[in-house]
Amino acid sequence: MSDVLLAVDDLRTYFATEEGVVRAVDGVSFTINRGERRGVVGESGSGKSVTAMSIMGLIEPPAGQIVTGAIDFDGLNLLELPEDEMRKVRGGRIAMIFQDPMTSLNPVYTIGQQLIETIVLHQNVSKSAAREIAAQSLADVQIPYPASRLDDFPHQFSGGMRQRVMIAMGLSCNPELLIADEPTTALDVTTQAQILDLMLALADDRGTSVLLITHDLGVVAGFCDTVQVMYAGGIVESGSASDIFYDPKHPYSWGLLGSMTRLDAAQMHRLNSVRGAPPSVINLPEGCRFRPRCDFALDVCRERLPLLGPSDVEGHTVACHRAAELDLKLVTSEGAPR
Amino acid sequence: MTTGKITEYVADGGPEDMPEDVLLRVNHLVKEFPIKRGIFFKSQVGAVQAVSDISFQVRKGETLGLVGESGCGKSTTARCVMRLLEPTEGQVYFRREREVATADGGTEVVSDVVDVASADAGTLRALRRQIQIVFQDPYASLNPRMTVAGIVSEPLIVHNVGTAQERLEKVKELLAVVGLSPEHTNRYPHEFSGGQRQRIGIARALALNPRFIVLDEPVSALDVSIQAQVLNLLQDLQEEYGLTYLFIAHDLSVVRHISDRVAVMYLGKIVEFAERDTLYDAPMHPYTHALLSAVPIPDPELERSRERIILEGDIPSPADPPPGCRFNTRCPIAVQGKCDVDEPLLTQMGEGHWVACHFPEVKKVF
Repeated sequence: MSDVLLAVDDLRTYFATEEGVVRAVDGVSFTINRGERRGVVGESGSGKSVTAMSIMGLIEPPAGQIVTGAIDFDGLNLLELPEDEMRKVRGGRIAMIFQDPMTSLNPVYTIGQQLIETIVLHQNVSKSAAREIAAQSLADVQIPYPASRLDDFPHQFSGGMRQRVMIAMGLSCNPELLIADEPTTALDVTTQAQILDLMLALADDRGTSVLLITHDLGVVAGFCDTVQVMYAGGIVESGSASDIFYDPKHPYSWGLLGSMTRLDAAQMHRLNSVRGAPPSVINLPEGCRFRPRCDFALDVCRERLPLLGPSDVEGHTVACHRAAELDLKLVTSEGAPR
Repeated sequence: MTTGKITEYVADGGPEDMPEDVLLRVNHLVKEFPIKRGIFFKSQVGAVQAVSDISFQVRKGETLGLVGESGCGKSTTARCVMRLLEPTEGQVYFRREREVATADGGTEVVSDVVDVASADAGTLRALRRQIQIVFQDPYASLNPRMTVAGIVSEPLIVHNVGTAQERLEKVKELLAVVGLSPEHTNRYPHEFSGGQRQRIGIARALALNPRFIVLDEPVSALDVSIQAQVLNLLQDLQEEYGLTYLFIAHDLSVVRHISDRVAVMYLGKIVEFAERDTLYDAPMHPYTHALLSAVPIPDPELERSRERIILEGDIPSPADPPPGCRFNTRCPIAVQGKCDVDEPLLTQMGEGHWVACHFPEVKKVF
């Protein structure tokens, strides 16, 4: 058994709109190992969610199209899998949790009906056995009185409880890969802590690989082993969590870290913000997509799109023409460069 | 260590004893929303107390941060201060400045204290030149059918300031101040990004040269890099125009960055109130501990070695708050027979540090 569970290679997912072609994901490659927790960070429109939807086979033609690329999941090429085969993978071997637990549960069915449907679909069990599995999975996510709560409707649960139900549903079939798309963004911070704690314990326990999509760098710092930073449809930097947080090599990752207000920042210092706004995904700039906002851009940045390449640190890759020569220092909570 | 009632730190009483350096004093503010039943013959069956007897002061030129999770009453407080909602009880004293005629025919600026909560329509209208608000959602708070010039000049028109030409000049000046191009006056909100729209909202709030601005989650809807730009802008404006801010947010790291003093709310009450660094470095209320310990810090080593206080359960319904301390149902250190019976009052625990807990204790959370 190979260590690599998922390999995405040169994925390009485009959408046709009235204003033009949106290159939402434009040449993304990465791998996830078994048991690895990988974070995908980036701002709105960077292509994080479309990457996840592409893996799950949820891009609907004709509006959306995976133009090129390959997604290899444990030897299966997901892009060429027939729909009935894909249906077994989706929800069974790869599960997904969405941001908004309010809209991803069906309001007219009980929690139990929805959980049992998933279980019966993916595991060869009877309805009554499925009900037992469902109750157990609610117990796993620490919902009190799991057996009786199966008969409740989604509106009878709070936001945090609904997200627990979604996690229970996602993990009920013991998937090998869990894709969590902003799973805690809609929740209050104390509830977020409960949910992340729970996800971490469950994934650890079962050795599940996780792809966590978020805009919150703090969440990634606590949860993920590896991180990829996305900008305007491409990965600009990838590496271990410490590589990215302590030694960012791409001006965008560096700017993003400098933009963050920190709870432990003792001194009031001016935030090192990234100027301007992300480009329109219809009209991407020539060359490096970050160039119009970059303080270090040269002529070469206008001419050629930099590709993700190795740095002087093993496993730490960066897509910047000037990565090797730039010395990007972070301002830490003490106000001194780390 | 002194103990005392909440009234001591707001120097109870009327507007007379309000210190010169205090711009706003919220005094025993209560806001209830009725719960109604029935379709044709509606009858009130109960009330949700969104804000339950809170008091605080905002000093001239400072930023007071008001933090808490959803449903804690922070936005309701903001709307009561603006009197966009009618307070059920309590006063909102504001130190206004007015131009009055002098005996020799000139004018001079005098300041006096007025209660926003009971002001009549005319007084309120005049007050709104001095108190402005910026809302959370830059998509919903701008009229999509109005041009930027129309949106930013509207407060000027409402208050009869200047001629059409002067107003247009003022709009251009304001757009430049908030970092937008003055040529964009004829554009519509949909032509701008989220961060730019929030800048338009800030330009509108600045139009009448206010002294006090309520910022209700002004950066929550924005991406991180844009959030930093808007926070920097707000700090620059405060410095340049000597503005006073009431900053409402759920993000504790943003609040630490921008505030001078911070009040933490839970279920309609202020549970802890302190200077910024005291609150973050030596918090005393168990809810503040849990809240701070739950905020992720973008530092993998620190984040993995921190102790996290995980609270049990969810926030109780404000329609039926628990007896005694409102936090007792989720509090890790609650004592039965005490915390679920007696309501703790805000008590002074140190210089400017007020805590509403029977068993307060300093705890470092990072």
